[in-house]
Amino acid sequence: MVTGNTRRRNAIRKGAGETAFDALNITFMLLMALSIIYPFWNLALQSLNDGYTTINTLRLWPVKPTLFNYEHVLTNPYIWSGYRETLIRTVFGTALNLAATILGAYALSKPYMPGRKLWMLMVVIPMFFGGGIIPTYLWNVQLGLRNTRWSLILPGLVNSYNMIVMRNFFQAVPKDLEESARIDGAANLRILISIYLPVSTAVLATITLWIMVSHWNAWFDATIYINKAELYPLQVVLRRILLEGTQQLMDISPTAAETSQTASPNNIKAACVFVCMLPIMCVYPFLQKYFVKGTLVGAIKG
Amino acid sequence: MTGTRSNTPAKLGASAWPKALRSLRLNGDLLLIFLPVAAYYIVFCYIPMSGVVMAFKDYKLLSGIWGSKWVGMKHFNMLFSTPSFFEVLRNTLVISLLKLAFGFPAPILLAILLNELRGQRFKRVVQTISYLPHFLSWVVLAGIFIQFLSPSTGPINILLGMMGRPSIFFLGNKATFVPTIVATHIWQTVGWGSIIYLAAISGIGVELYESAMLDGATRFQRIAYITLPGIMPTVTVLFILGTGSILNAGFDQIFNLYNEAVYSVADIIDTYVYRRGLTGMQYSYASAVGLFKNAIGFLLVFATNMIARRMGDSSLW
Repeated sequence: MVTGNTRRRNAIRKGAGETAFDALNITFMLLMALSIIYPFWNLALQSLNDGYTTINTLRLWPVKPTLFNYEHVLTNPYIWSGYRETLIRTVFGTALNLAATILGAYALSKPYMPGRKLWMLMVVIPMFFGGGIIPTYLWNVQLGLRNTRWSLILPGLVNSYNMIVMRNFFQAVPKDLEESARIDGAANLRILISIYLPVSTAVLATITLWIMVSHWNAWFDATIYINKAELYPLQVVLRRILLEGTQQLMDISPTAAETSQTASPNNIKAACVFVCMLPIMCVYPFLQKYFVKGTLVGAIKG
Repeated sequence: MTGTRSNTPAKLGASAWPKALRSLRLNGDLLLIFLPVAAYYIVFCYIPMSGVVMAFKDYKLLSGIWGSKWVGMKHFNMLFSTPSFFEVLRNTLVISLLKLAFGFPAPILLAILLNELRGQRFKRVVQTISYLPHFLSWVVLAGIFIQFLSPSTGPINILLGMMGRPSIFFLGNKATFVPTIVATHIWQTVGWGSIIYLAAISGIGVELYESAMLDGATRFQRIAYITLPGIMPTVTVLFILGTGSILNAGFDQIFNLYNEAVYSVADIIDTYVYRRGLTGMQYSYASAVGLFKNAIGFLLVFATNMIARRMGDSSLW
């Protein structure tokens, strides 16, 4: 992005002040990066701790690392059911959300959509005002969503912001692309699928990833709508283990009693956090460019 | 959704129909396409929105929202005579303002410093690391910080212990809870927040920097007289928008980090509504608090958006 600036600046000879600035800047950046990574590293060390070695000095490297805590976590059936529920909500939730967003964005992108201004208003108002959590909760319970997977998908089916970003993208698609299809008598749905979607892969990828990550990370909806432990998504299983120290979710594994090693709750919690965030941690470096692009698209056209 | 009837856009249609009706006949399939979305907004946004009337009623589970008795402003009167509500309002504003005061400049500083880095690969690595917390939920981040700040096994307190200092229970102490919230907020948002400023910096003309260098401007002078003024419109707009969400002090973060020992400084409007309403089942009172927050929040967001848009001509927006 700024390579032009920097490269040309390199061409000019550096003075002593410039060198000092660079050294300080690099040191500062290293410290910042370290301060972000170190809490994760500290947790990793803790998750590899064997439960006997008490942590009372600052360690940068694991002492007698063991996978015992991870074994313990992976024998916990709620971690597995949590993964299952999170995968289900992420896959189906994203698919439905994306489909609805595309349909809505297409319809709103057409200047000849009947009642377009009114529909736009309907979409924009909830960005500014909502009924609040209590009426929403009571209504969704009345709809029979409690303890169903739908409760994690339907109430957030469309995000106005995403739909408007996609609508802006559709509006920028050149009109002559669809002219010939129009003359052949293609209906709107056909034009959307065979003309708009193929040229919109960039925005589709970005919005799909936004929705996926938000589904993966969502936890609040499940804490209020779901009270069957086997339907908890991963985030809620983790939350209950971490904050409520729920024994039922933490200590049901038979291995804890059989093995000689002590299961320290803190070490097991640390391993739990890692098991939960590993997928995101592995993929985010490859996804970040879509997110960065999307953030800027939203900012400029929002 | 199945718009099988062959349609032509409005401009090709020719008949004596009134304009609106003709448009409806020709583009009715657009309405069918929009139907699922319209249904979603009605069922999951507008019906719950109409449920705010329960703030003016005494909600009874058996009678439902519409069947319950009207009580007028009873819950709002109660709200303004409850000391705990003012405590919660104060906490919300204190946490929000501190986040704005410290969390807002941090990404600007980071963007400027990142822009001054010469090694492009180093810069990319630092950026990628700084984005990590953005991709994780506050459940996970709470798991990390509860361990990291633990009075017994957390590295900060181990370090304090090695220096012979007493350990600090950062999340369980009224004096340290709010600073910890602000610090972890900055930790989470600084990297991601810098993206927009980096984009703004990259929009500044290279020739400005070149002529400044020919005139012998130092690094600091270039930052102070070119980079900063160059991103000022973006800074202003984002600051105005930031003040619009002053009533959102960060539910996810606080809900996952707070505990009873610090309620008096940590409880914000959103957590208060949650506990009173969903845990305490004081549905009507909690919706009144929620409505109070949403109404003021709406005015703030609306006003700040208008101001930001008006300034838009000279800025990024």
